[in-house]
Amino acid sequence: MNDYLEQLEDEAIYILRETAAQFEKPALLFSGGKDSIVLIHLALKAFRPAKFPFPLVHIDTGHNFPEALAFRDKLVTEIDEKLIVGYVEDSIKKYNLKETQGRFPSRNALQTYTLLDVIQANEFDACIGGARRDEEKARAKERIFSVRDDFGQWEPKLQRPELWNILNGKIHKGHNVRVFPISNWTELDVWNYIKKHKIELPNLYFSHERDCIVHQDKLVAISDFIQPLPTDVVVKEKVRYRTVGDMTCTAAVPSTASTIDEIIAEIIETSISERGQTRLDDQLSEAAMEDRKKQGYF
Amino acid sequence: MNTLKFITAGNVDDGKSTLIGRLLYDSNSIHTDQLGILQKQTKASQNGEIDLSLITDGLRAEREQGITIDVAYKYFSTDKRKFIIADAPGHEQYTRNMITGASNADLIILLVDARKGITEQTKRHASIGSLMGIKKAVVAINKMDLVNFSENVFEDIKQDFEEKRAELNYNEIIYIPVSALQGDNIVEKSENTPWYTGEAILPYLEKVEISTNVQSLARFQVQWVIRPKDDAFHDYRGYAGLVLSGSYHVGDKVKILPTGIESEIIKIERHQKEVEKAQAGENIVLHLKDNIDISRGDSIVKVSEAPQEANQLKTWLCWFDNTPLNLAKTYLLQHRFKTVRVKIQSIEQKWNINEWQFSPTEEVRLNDITQVNIKTNQALFFDAFKEIPQNGSAILIDETTFNTVGACMFL
Repeated sequence: MNDYLEQLEDEAIYILRETAAQFEKPALLFSGGKDSIVLIHLALKAFRPAKFPFPLVHIDTGHNFPEALAFRDKLVTEIDEKLIVGYVEDSIKKYNLKETQGRFPSRNALQTYTLLDVIQANEFDACIGGARRDEEKARAKERIFSVRDDFGQWEPKLQRPELWNILNGKIHKGHNVRVFPISNWTELDVWNYIKKHKIELPNLYFSHERDCIVHQDKLVAISDFIQPLPTDVVVKEKVRYRTVGDMTCTAAVPSTASTIDEIIAEIIETSISERGQTRLDDQLSEAAMEDRKKQGYF
Repeated sequence: MNTLKFITAGNVDDGKSTLIGRLLYDSNSIHTDQLGILQKQTKASQNGEIDLSLITDGLRAEREQGITIDVAYKYFSTDKRKFIIADAPGHEQYTRNMITGASNADLIILLVDARKGITEQTKRHASIGSLMGIKKAVVAINKMDLVNFSENVFEDIKQDFEEKRAELNYNEIIYIPVSALQGDNIVEKSENTPWYTGEAILPYLEKVEISTNVQSLARFQVQWVIRPKDDAFHDYRGYAGLVLSGSYHVGDKVKILPTGIESEIIKIERHQKEVEKAQAGENIVLHLKDNIDISRGDSIVKVSEAPQEANQLKTWLCWFDNTPLNLAKTYLLQHRFKTVRVKIQSIEQKWNINEWQFSPTEEVRLNDITQVNIKTNQALFFDAFKEIPQNGSAILIDETTFNTVGACMFL
């Protein structure tokens, strides 16, 4: 029997090819984070020497890390694939959306508008994403092919049973499917895979020095979007990012890990989950993710 | 290090969620912030102790009702193996969810309450696991602490189940006395059961061998045709797909179905690297000697190893939809990468999973497990589910709602 990383890889490639075969206009959602970088790597294995049978789509929240955007553009040039960018700023103007209030505003809820607009404008019937079931409780019950209605809504009670690895991608016009090829991977699997295949990542993931505000035991980088108040405790720390989301709501982790091996050792040691340690927006309520997913979020 | 996928069957009363919670907790797979949320949920009711069963109840509706409705997947690993748990609901009204979970499992853990012994529910779960082709079963006799870790109680239950095993298709069944709540015989052998000579659950799961179907006849369906549109690869035409069973070698004489045209494998690629052979479970790209018109859903088999070919066949049908089967209606049958239109010609009988008996039936309703005869609009190239499950299974799709309404295991 093959090694577990090879089994996970086989499963993901199978799902990517199934998506290409069953849908008219799929797209791969690319965030610039490690999970979607791994997805690109898997897509290369699934479809080369041909081009990807789908474009890459990035929802730019306007609060991205500049390093992640630079990495995105470099990668897209290297692999020579098409990239479509949707801007949350555009949706804010178009729909006169209100920004989330508070010190560390998250555009997670707003980016749903942009995503649904991009889906509609391009008539995408499937969107491939890098979400994993181990991330969060509401994700643990997510399907590989997750059907969404015209409003992008996820209805947990109406999800289709998935038997064996036979995937049913038949949908009505206007509906679309979110596809999760790395559903069965854990955070550690992703890192071990990155190590095994020497996949390049943005330098944000490795230890670097940064000026941060200390907020409820979490470190939030000072940036164009987050400026310190006179009452803030500001520190210069060696940090790395365990997840790469918006600069406004992703916390850095104190770390001196500068290699993949050191990062893997830290993850094994740490007793806090990925989202728990780095996301300022999932902890509002126990069902925060479930609610966002129902509204069309990934 | 490889992966073991297993399903846990039982309900909250049997301590199923507690068992899963215990496996995750004792293998250090629960993070402290998640524990914090659990502690909040457990509130004051449990005098400070964490209710491990809450780990698996993901959706709010489930927390509200205190039951598992949907299949939840949980992950943990030890230094020997990676584990994927399909946590499926135990209630009869969610039989379809358990069938779904079982379809993706290598092993089933049947939880039995030591005070109650083998119940109708145990029989139902054992039957589903067996029907779905699971070959290994662990009968975990739980709540041993409530029967004073009595060897007699354990032996009686074991005997009771052994008497029934002839009717099941498991090829290995082991019995373990446990207390999920207290952790007896979960990760380590318990001092409370000195009479028990076997292993604790986790060490067993770490080493149990799962048979692959590498030794079976070779089966491959074309999933996706790779044809680059640029000049450098002008003549490249690769047939991508998953080896469903057996193995393929460069030089194999093969036959394409349904056309029946014969050819030879001249190149096998795996992740862009040329390999001499490929086996069950691997995604590959096949290249053939001759330029043949081949599309998605076509089978490529060895000349000497033909599958069955038919447009009328008998199959198990497990029904998943709230709307009962309509014999007048046409459905879609998705046999891996090939989708055909089908009609159910007749219903032969219904398997009563509580009593383990067939009975005649006129209809097929939600959660029913039946045997039916179907007719397809094109020939299928298949094997009996018992022989080669990967080429003997299919899903039934409603043509109007597109819901997955049934699971088929060909007889």
